[in-house]
Amino acid sequence: MEIIMSILAGVLFMGGTYLVLSKNMIRIIIGTSIISHGAHVLLLTMAGLKTGAPPLLGLDASTYTDPLPQALILTAIVISFGVTSFFLVLGYRTYKVTGTDNTERMRGTDSYD
Amino acid sequence: MKSNDIILQTMTNVVLFIVLIFSIFIFFNGHHEPGGGFIGGLMTSSALVLLLLAYDLETVQRILPIDFKIVAAIGLLIAIGTGMGSFLFGEPFLSQTYDYYTFFVLGELELATALLFDIGVYLVVIGVTLTIIQTIGEDK
Amino acid sequence: MFTALHFAIIAPFIAAIFVPILYKLFSRIHTGWFVLTVPTILFLYFLQYLPITANKETVTAVFDWIPSLGIHFTAYIDGLGLLFALLITGIGILVVLYSIYYLSKERESLHTFYTFLLMFMGAMLGVVLSDNLIVLYMFWEITSLSSFLLISYWYEREKSIYGALKSMIITVMGGFSMLVGFVLLYTMTGTFSIQETIAASSDIVSHHLFLPAMLTILLGALTKSAQFPFHIWLPDAMEAPTPVSAYLHSATMVKAGIYLVARLSPVFAISGEWFWLIAGFGITTLFWGSFSAVRQTDLKGILAFSTVSQLGMILSMLGVGAAALHFDSLDLENNVFVGATTAALFHLINHATFKGSLFMMVGIVDHETGTRDIRKLGGLMTIMPITFTIAVIGSFSMAGLPPFNGFLSKEMFFTAMVEITKFQLFNVDTYGVMFPAIAWVASIFTFIYSMVLVFKTFNGKFKPEKLDVKPHEAPFGMLLSPIILVSLVIVFGFFPNILSYTVIEPAMASILPSLLQEGEQFYVDIYFWHDWTPALYMTIGVISVGLFLYLGMKKWVGIYRLFPDNVSFNTLYDQAIVKGERLSEKIISSHMTGFIKDYLLYIFSFITAALVFTLFHKGAFVVETQDLAPISIYEVILAVVLIASVLTVMFTKSRLKAIIGLGVVGYTIALFFVIFRAPDLALTQLIIETVSVALFLLCFYHLPQIAKSLETIRFQLGNFIISLAVGTTITLIGLTANSNRLFESISGFFIENSYNEAGGKNMVNVILVDFRGFDTMLEILVLGIAAFGIFTMIKLRLEGKEQL
Repeated sequence: MEIIMSILAGVLFMGGTYLVLSKNMIRIIIGTSIISHGAHVLLLTMAGLKTGAPPLLGLDASTYTDPLPQALILTAIVISFGVTSFFLVLGYRTYKVTGTDNTERMRGTDSYD
Repeated sequence: MKSNDIILQTMTNVVLFIVLIFSIFIFFNGHHEPGGGFIGGLMTSSALVLLLLAYDLETVQRILPIDFKIVAAIGLLIAIGTGMGSFLFGEPFLSQTYDYYTFFVLGELELATALLFDIGVYLVVIGVTLTIIQTIGEDK
Repeated sequence: MFTALHFAIIAPFIAAIFVPILYKLFSRIHTGWFVLTVPTILFLYFLQYLPITANKETVTAVFDWIPSLGIHFTAYIDGLGLLFALLITGIGILVVLYSIYYLSKERESLHTFYTFLLMFMGAMLGVVLSDNLIVLYMFWEITSLSSFLLISYWYEREKSIYGALKSMIITVMGGFSMLVGFVLLYTMTGTFSIQETIAASSDIVSHHLFLPAMLTILLGALTKSAQFPFHIWLPDAMEAPTPVSAYLHSATMVKAGIYLVARLSPVFAISGEWFWLIAGFGITTLFWGSFSAVRQTDLKGILAFSTVSQLGMILSMLGVGAAALHFDSLDLENNVFVGATTAALFHLINHATFKGSLFMMVGIVDHETGTRDIRKLGGLMTIMPITFTIAVIGSFSMAGLPPFNGFLSKEMFFTAMVEITKFQLFNVDTYGVMFPAIAWVASIFTFIYSMVLVFKTFNGKFKPEKLDVKPHEAPFGMLLSPIILVSLVIVFGFFPNILSYTVIEPAMASILPSLLQEGEQFYVDIYFWHDWTPALYMTIGVISVGLFLYLGMKKWVGIYRLFPDNVSFNTLYDQAIVKGERLSEKIISSHMTGFIKDYLLYIFSFITAALVFTLFHKGAFVVETQDLAPISIYEVILAVVLIASVLTVMFTKSRLKAIIGLGVVGYTIALFFVIFRAPDLALTQLIIETVSVALFLLCFYHLPQIAKSLETIRFQLGNFIISLAVGTTITLIGLTANSNRLFESISGFFIENSYNEAGGKNMVNVILVDFRGFDTMLEILVLGIAAFGIFTMIKLRLEGKEQL
């Protein structure tokens, strides 16, 4: 299962990277979101899967799964939500101001003043 | 956007309270069972988002005249405040403690300062999510 | 311990904070009056250390700052430090007093001026009173910074900006080099303390880093003290308001380099390179400065080059003074090389008095006539008699005429220069003869420009038609400071020994400690009449030749045309700046294309290459197939769904499908969380996904339809290869991490303690709110920032910039 999950993380990163490299702003934003999904899967996989009961002491199990990566991922999920929505609004405002969502056209000018 | 979906609106009226109560339950339960500030806060805000979808922004603002930016700020203050609170007892920043108390009717309950911190988290999550949704929604 | 001495050093910084408040609160009172109290109190405070240092004692107060790195804020007062501290605060009082009349409270933004000035004062005190090299460096850079801010005080003038930038670039470059030198010293001695370094100096002389350390530190000192060829920043720094020029660029800041040379003399002065470098740079600067001063037409330009030249003179005396270290037994009282060091310190004080008064005099002329151009000025003698008197005394002292203090130090300078030719070490007996020769010629030029300064301004024909305003004598308040300074010029001229016992002798002990045996001390006795020494003949020669050349100036000024404007160090500097800018622009624009895609390509390629290289280089890549979790059919189905939806998102042409695909990805992952025993994650992910999809749709609802051409997505092979590489790398890392369990997970701690210590049974929640509560707090802070960012982006409209 770990192998499958590693491959899945790879697939998520691949898809995210491909989208991020495109010109369309919305696709870039979706790409970042997918990359963070990939990171979550990777984190979870690296800790080992199904090594015990859910990390709830009330269950009185003999072994529990590692709670630390879960805490990390929980933080990461919420942060990635904040960042994604920030990007989204940034993209949306940029579209309204510049009239394009093609990043190639948004390129700054060469002059530094 | 003026929404006139009767079925959605009727459903929302019912579901909203169930979700809200459930979210509060899941928030308080978070120390022992799955749940906590993040999940509770997100659930509460998703209930409010549902309200926004069923009705329109103006209606929701009439029902809930809350500035969610301030909610987020208050949440942050609470979180930092509980952190600072441990200074009063000569402990390092964000030290938490807990104890058991017996309450009338409710019986013995555990009270943890971590809960206060979690309330901060809860409020921030609600404030942030709804600020985002509202500002985008308001923008024409 | 944080002592009163530390407080005295940082007091100007604290006062600087209050300046803007006072400026706002008491707008009717000139802010300068409040500021005046700071140097006054500090001056009085430092005066009480005089008896201590005169007793050859020192005061050390240590405040631990970064003890782990050996960086302590050590305040150290000895003769040298106190001499400078008194100079800084003393001249500070007069400059602030002068500035009250010079800067109009109606027109100028006084709060910025005094904030920067106080900042400078504190930094300068820090430089001369810290014993720790790193702290010294920090204050040193603050002086550069405040000098930059003060030069660009009238920032709407292009020349101010140019001058400020130039001084900043040159002095900060030197400062960096000096930092390198300090670190080299540290590697040799293992301490940042100056006193400990001095104590260890005999061990490091033969170290192979000794010379590099000396050179790098000297570069810092020479740039700061505007030594040839780094002097070019000082004339351009004259764009600063005149009080600043008088304070920073003649009396104090430019002497920081001299301070550093004097301070580190006990460490380096034993070497021959030190002697040649210090004396050589000094004497070259002395000549070039005075030679260039004669051709200036701007009064402040003359003074700027004159400052450069005088600084060179002081430096050369310090260099010659190092020769005293090479005698086995010497007569402390009468040795000329010891006398050279005395002369350096004496002239340092003298220079501050006469040059300070001259700068203020020029400021007054500028203020009252509206110009500093000597071609427009003339005949002001009767109109501004007091200013004229100040100018005469200051200039004559500068020219080295009796009975002023400049005469005494110049005599001592000549004596040292003549005697050095008899010195037997470092090939001085061969080349040393150039010292008195250059010194003499340079002094002639000094005499000439001193005369130009006075007589072109105050003598000759009055040309009212060239002036914009009708000149008259300055108000008394403005004259007060220069009058005090010229009085000192006369007092020090007649009674030089009031300085020698109090400040010069203790300062000598700091510069040449190795000459003193236990219980010994220097005896400095400066006297007026030297007998008919070579120095006196040289002075007479200077006056007669100088007078002759000054009167016949028209006939020979043509020689300056031999030095065309475009072949100079200034041109070199300008060209270096222009070329440097162009080069860096070229390098940057070659890869900084402005396309976000290119930047991401760099990032991704680098990450992939670095990770894969490390993985295989270290031989870490192994795939362990044992102890894997079992696979069930649901998981396979989920995996297939996930891959399918990722591919859909990647290649779909419709935005809506992409968003829905993204949602499917999120929900699938939530289900994976369920399978992998992470209930909290599953819940969070489910709700977040719902909210995000709503958010995406909300944004799209507002976005008008995008032109079809932009929506067309072509399959791009290059991008695909890069992303495939990234994906593969991640897979490899995941597999490797699973197969190499190098150490036990720390989760055992949480399992054991989360109930006992934190009273929670949900470990994930306990980690979030208790064990790693700080992370969570910062996380919600980030969330808050994101929300406010979004709010601002949507609500804030830059006026008139856009049409919606």
